[in-house]
Amino acid sequence: MLNYDLVVVGGGPAGMAAALKAKEEGVEKVVILERAETLGGILEQCIHTGFGLHYFGEELSGPEYAGRFIEQVENTDIDVYTDTMVLNVSDSNVVTAVNNKDGLLQFQAIAVVLAMGCRERPRGALSIAGSRPAGIMTAGTAQKYVNIDGYMPGKKVVILGSGDIGLIMARRMTLEGAEVKVVCELMPYSGGLQRNIVQCLDDFGIPLRLSCTVVKTHGKDRLEGITIANVDERLKPIPGTEEYIECDTLLLSVGLIPENELSKDAGVDLDMITNGPVVDEYRETLRPGVFACGNVLQVHDLVDYVTEESQIAGKGAADYIFGKKKGGTFINTKGINGVRYVVPQRVNIEGEKKLKLYFRVGQVFKGARVVVECDGEVLSSRKKVKLAPGEMENVVITPEMLKKMNKDSEIIVRVEE
Amino acid sequence: MIKNLICVACPLGCPIEVEVDGTQVVSVKGNTCKRGDEYARTEITNPVRSLTTSVKLEGGMHPVVPVKSSGAIPKDKMFQCMEAINSVTIKAPVKIGDVVVENILGLGVDIVATNCDSGK
Ligand SMILES: Cc1cc2nc3c(=O)[nH]c(=O)nc-3n(C[C@H](O)[C@H](O)[C@H](O)COP(=O)(O)OP(=O)(O)OC[C@H]3O[C@@H](n4cnc5c(N)ncnc54)[C@H](O)[C@@H]3O)c2cc1C
Ligand code: SF4
Repeated sequence: MLNYDLVVVGGGPAGMAAALKAKEEGVEKVVILERAETLGGILEQCIHTGFGLHYFGEELSGPEYAGRFIEQVENTDIDVYTDTMVLNVSDSNVVTAVNNKDGLLQFQAIAVVLAMGCRERPRGALSIAGSRPAGIMTAGTAQKYVNIDGYMPGKKVVILGSGDIGLIMARRMTLEGAEVKVVCELMPYSGGLQRNIVQCLDDFGIPLRLSCTVVKTHGKDRLEGITIANVDERLKPIPGTEEYIECDTLLLSVGLIPENELSKDAGVDLDMITNGPVVDEYRETLRPGVFACGNVLQVHDLVDYVTEESQIAGKGAADYIFGKKKGGTFINTKGINGVRYVVPQRVNIEGEKKLKLYFRVGQVFKGARVVVECDGEVLSSRKKVKLAPGEMENVVITPEMLKKMNKDSEIIVRVEE
Repeated sequence: MIKNLICVACPLGCPIEVEVDGTQVVSVKGNTCKRGDEYARTEITNPVRSLTTSVKLEGGMHPVVPVKSSGAIPKDKMFQCMEAINSVTIKAPVKIGDVVVENILGLGVDIVATNCDSGK
C-alpha cells in the first residue's frame, strides 16, 4: 500500500489544476493517476484554438493549454502515473489501480479528487433504425483518429448534432479534403457557439438543418447513406419529409455524459440532471474527503471554467487534509422555471466568502432576467441579452446574502421572461 | 448597405451590424469590445482566419503533431495552405512553438507546432 495525502483520479485539465492547487496550499504527498499515455485529457485531441481566453488572456489550442499545466506539474514533486487505470475507490479512500509495469497498485489517501472527465453519448443511446455498418462513430472518436492517429475516417460525411465538437469536426474533415454534406440538429437551435457556426460551417458553405434528424442508416459492411427527416415540436419525425443522403461516414455529436462509474462504486450520490456528483461549494461530495471537479461533475464548454472549478476542489481537499475544513449548516440550491440545474447543489450558510452558482438553461431565452431568490425574497435579478443551453452561466452569492438564511432556506435560481 | 456579422474573435459571439458603402466601412455597431470593431472591418475588406491542423511526424510517439498559423491567414488561402502543410513531414522530437513551415506561401505567417512529441 502506498500512502498519499491526496490521490487525483484523471490527469486532464481538471485533475492537474486540483493537484497543483493542493500542492500550492502545502499538501505534501500528491499523486495523479491517468489511464492515457500522457497527461492532458481530452485537450490533447482538441487542436483548434479557443482555449484560455479567460484564464490566460490569450487564445491557445487544446494541447498548448494542457501543456502549460503539464509543465507546472513537472516542476513540482507531484507524482504522476500514466497508463494507469483506476478500478475502484473504497469506503476508506483506498484507490485501486492497475498498469502494465507495476500490476495492481493500492493507494491509501486522506482525500480523493475525482476528475475522470466525460464521454460522448454513443449511438446505442439513440434509436436510429437500420443496419450497423462501419462508418458510424462519435465526433470525438473521429477527432482522435484525425488529430492523434493521423488518418481520415471517411470522405463523404454527415454530422448529427450541432454541439461544438460536431461543428469543429465539420471544419476539420473539410480542411482534410472530405465533403461534409450537412449538419443535422434535432432541436430548433444549435447547441454550439455562434462563432463555431460561422467559422466551421458558414465559411465552408456547409448547411445546418435545424429540427431534423437521422431516421435510418443504409449499407451492410460500410455505411452507404442515411435517411433524414424533419421533426415536429415534439421532436417526432414528420412522415413524408424523408430525404436520402449518400455518405460513407456519420458522426454523432449528441451530447456528453460525465464518467461516473467510479463515483457510483464509491457510494457518491449523483445529481439526476447533471449526472455528476452532488457537491457543496468546496466541491466535496456527500462522502467526506471525496471531491469532484471538471467534466465529471458537470459538462463544461470552456476549459477555463474547468480550471477555476478544479482549483476550488484542490483548495477544498487541502483544507480537508489539514483538518481546516469548516463544518456549518448546509442548504440546497435549486433551478426552476427554465433553469435545469445548479452546481454546487449545497451551500454552507456560515461561509464567509462570496461564491458562484453555475447553471444551465433548458431552452433559448432572449432578453430574460436571471433571478436568485431565497425564502420569497429576491436576492439578485439581472437581465441577459441571451441565455442558451449551450452556454454555462453563473450568479454570485455574497456572504451578506448568506447571513439572511437559516437551515430550512433554499436558494432558487430561475428565469423570468 | 447594412451587413450583419457575428464576431468570431471570442466565444461571446456578439452580433455586429456594419454599414458599408462600396468597399468602405462607414460604421460598426453591436460589438462589446474593440476587437469586435477590428474584426468587422477586416471581415468586410479582407476576411482572415487562423488555421489549425496537423503535420506528419516521423519517429514520434504519434504519427502526426498539431500545428497552428502564427497569425491570421486570408480566408481564400486556407486550402492552399493545407496543401503546403500536408506535403511536409517533420522528424521527432518536436516542441511547442517549433516552426514547421516558415513564411507559408509568402504570407508572412509561420506554421508552428502546438504540442510536443519527444519521440518513441
Ligand atoms: C470529444 C470532446 C471534445 C471536446 N472539445 C472541446 C473543445 O473544443 N473546447 C472546449 O473548451 N472543451 C471541449 N471539450 C470539453 C473538455 O472536455 C473540457 O473543456 C475539459 O477537457 C474537461 O477537463 P477534465 O479534466 O474534466 O476532463 P478530461 O479532459 O476528459 O480528462 C479526464 C481524464 O481522466 C482520465 N480518466 C478517466 N477515467 C479514468 C480512470 N478510471 N483511471 C485513470 N484515468 C481516468 C481520462 O483518460 C482523461 O485523461 C471536449 C470534450 C470532449 C469529450
Ligand atoms: S465584440 Fe468583443 S466581446 Fe463581442 S465577440 Fe467580438 S471579441 Fe468577443
